[in-house]
Amino acid sequence: MENNFKLMQGNEACVEGALYAGMRFYSGYPITPSTELMEKSAIRLPLKGGKFIQMEDEIGGIAAAIGASLTGLKSMTGTSGPGFSLKQENIGYAAITEVPLVVVNIQRGGPSTGLPTSPAQGDVMQAMWGTHGDHPVIALSPSSVREMFELTVRAFNLAEKFRTPVILLADEIVGHMREKIVMPKAGDLEVVNRKEPAPNNENYLPYAVDEDSYVPEIASFGNGYRFHVTGLMHDETGFPSNSTENAEKLIKRLMAKISENKEEIIDFEEYMTEDADIIILGYGGTARSVKSSVKALRKQGIKAGMFRPKTIWPFPEERVKELSKQAKAILVAELNLGQYVLEVERVIKNNCKLGFVGKANGEVLMPDEITAKAKEVL
Amino acid sequence: MASALTEKYIRSDKFPHMWCPGCGHGIIMRSIIDAIDRLGLEKDKVCVVSGIGCSSRAPGYMDFNTLHTTHGRALPFATGIKLANPDLHVIVVSGDGDSSAIGGNHLIHAARRNIDITTIVFNNNIYGMTGGQYSPTTPTNYFGTTAPYGNIDRTFDIAQLAGAAGATYAARSTVFHVPQLTNYIENALRKKGFSLVEAISTCPTSFGRRNKKGDAVDMIKWLKDSAVTTTKAAKMSEEEMDGKFTIGEFKDTEAPEYVEEYDKLIERLKGEDNE
Repeated sequence: MENNFKLMQGNEACVEGALYAGMRFYSGYPITPSTELMEKSAIRLPLKGGKFIQMEDEIGGIAAAIGASLTGLKSMTGTSGPGFSLKQENIGYAAITEVPLVVVNIQRGGPSTGLPTSPAQGDVMQAMWGTHGDHPVIALSPSSVREMFELTVRAFNLAEKFRTPVILLADEIVGHMREKIVMPKAGDLEVVNRKEPAPNNENYLPYAVDEDSYVPEIASFGNGYRFHVTGLMHDETGFPSNSTENAEKLIKRLMAKISENKEEIIDFEEYMTEDADIIILGYGGTARSVKSSVKALRKQGIKAGMFRPKTIWPFPEERVKELSKQAKAILVAELNLGQYVLEVERVIKNNCKLGFVGKANGEVLMPDEITAKAKEVL
Repeated sequence: MASALTEKYIRSDKFPHMWCPGCGHGIIMRSIIDAIDRLGLEKDKVCVVSGIGCSSRAPGYMDFNTLHTTHGRALPFATGIKLANPDLHVIVVSGDGDSSAIGGNHLIHAARRNIDITTIVFNNNIYGMTGGQYSPTTPTNYFGTTAPYGNIDRTFDIAQLAGAAGATYAARSTVFHVPQLTNYIENALRKKGFSLVEAISTCPTSFGRRNKKGDAVDMIKWLKDSAVTTTKAAKMSEEEMDGKFTIGEFKDTEAPEYVEEYDKLIERLKGEDNE
C-alpha cells in the first residue's frame, strides 16, 4: 500500500486542503495562532505558479483576496480574533458582490488582544453577525487535522458554488494540533469550480439568475465582459440602484441562496445518539473532549451521545429539534461563556432539559468537566 | 454633441452622473479616458478600481472592468487584481480622504512595493459626499463642517508622499491645466511600477461655499492663480509661495516592479514542486 500518512499540523493541513481545492492566491497578515497558514502558503504557492502576498494589514489581506478572486483565481485569507474583527466589513462586501472567498479564523481568546496563544470558540456569533446588515453566512468547524484538510476543500467548494465568502471557523486546538493524516489523493474528494458565463452573449447580465437558481454566473475580470461590481445595492446589471423594490429582491435572493440550499450545506456527525438520554453538542476542538466524555458516561451506564455540527452556520435546526424530542437532555459544550447554546435554546424550546458547560480562560474543556456537568443536567 | 472619446469609453446610459454642478471630477475622468485612448489600451484589459466618495463613482461611468470597493481599500483590492492577472492595466481612482486618510497605509505600501498600478487622486480638499468635513488636504485655517472654527490640522502633500514612499512616478496637476493633467496621466500609465497623479479638483458645493471661493468658474480661476510650476517655485521665497501649491512631475525613476519580481520567483522555482 502506498504510504499516504503524514504527521501534520492543523494549519498546514488547511493550506494543503486549499491547494487540493485549487487555491492559487493567498493574502494575509501575520497573527497568532494562524500565521502558519501564511508561512505554508508563502512556500507552496509560488511553486505551483500561484501568488502569495503579505499585505500591510488585515483589511488589505482580505481586500487583495477578493480582488484576486474577481479575476477567477481561487483565493483565501486567514486570521485570528482581532484580525477577524478587522476583516468584517469586507466579508460583507464579498457577500453582497458575490465573490467566492475562503476566510479562515483560528480562534483565540478574546476580547481584544486577549489570550493570543490560547484556544477559544468565542467568535461563533461574530461569524454569523460580525459584518453589518443582513447577509448570508456559511461557517464550518473542523475537529481534527484531517478535517482541517477536508473542510477547507469543502469551504472552497461551497464558496465557488454559491458565490459567497465561506468561513472556516477553526480554533487554536485544531490549528496547532499535530496528528496523523491520511492525505487524500487526487479524485478522492470532490472539487467544485465556479460557473463562468458562455462568451459573446450580447444580453449578458452579471447579476441575473435563472428561475431555478439563486446564484448568478459572474464573469472574471479580463475575460471580455466589461461590467461593474459595487458594494452598493445593485440590480441585475451590477450597477447601483436605489430602488427599494430592487434592494428587497437582492437581499432576499442573497439569503435564499443559502437557506434554500441548507440541506446541502449543513453537515454534522452523530455518535451514539440513537438511544441517548443525554446528547452533548460540541464542535471544533471541544468535540474531542465531548467524545471522550460520552465514552466515559457510557462506561458508567449513562446513555450519552454526541452531536457535532461540522457546519456551524447555517444552524442545523431541524436535526437539533428532532434530537430534543428524542433525548431527555441536551448539554452544549463550547469554549466561550454561552453563544451557540442560545441557538439551541431557541430551537428546542421546552422539548427537553438544556445544560451548558463552557469557559473562556484560555484552557480547553476537559472530558471530566463535561461528564460532571452531564450528570448534573440529567 | 458627444465627443468620440465619450462614445468610445463612457457608459452614457448611466448618466446623468451624481456629481454636483461645478464639480471638477468629470474633467479628470475625461483626462483618464483621453490618456487611455492615446495609449490605445484594449478596453477589456483595463480595470478601474475605486473606494468610497465622490471620486469613487467615476468607474461606474467608464466602460472597462470596474470595481467600486469599500472606503480606503481600492489599492489592496487592486493589488490582488494586478498580482492575480498581470495582463490587466489596473487604475485606481481615489479621493483625498479615501487615499490619504482611511486608505493612507495602503497608499504608502503600494508605493513601497512599486506594484504596477496607476493611482489618480481626485483631490477636492474636502469630504464632499458626506457634506463637507475637513480632510487631510484641507488647508490649515480653512473651514469644514467639522472645522467650524477653522482647521488646525496640517496637510498632506499626496504626490510627494507617494514619491517618498517609493512610487516611481508622482505628479500633480489641476482641472484647470487639462492638457498637462492628461499628459501626466499618460506618463503614469506608461510607467512600469507604482505611479500616482494627484489632480486638484473643485468642489464649489462643500469646499468652495464654506471657504468663500465663489462659484465653479471662480474656483477654476483660483486653481490657475494658486498653482505654481516646480521650476518657478524653486525661485520663489516661502512668503511668495504662501497660499500657493506646486504642480509638475516630482518623481520619474525606474525600480524593480513587484509583479515582475514575483514572476521571476515563480520562474526560479520551476521544477522544484516535489509535493
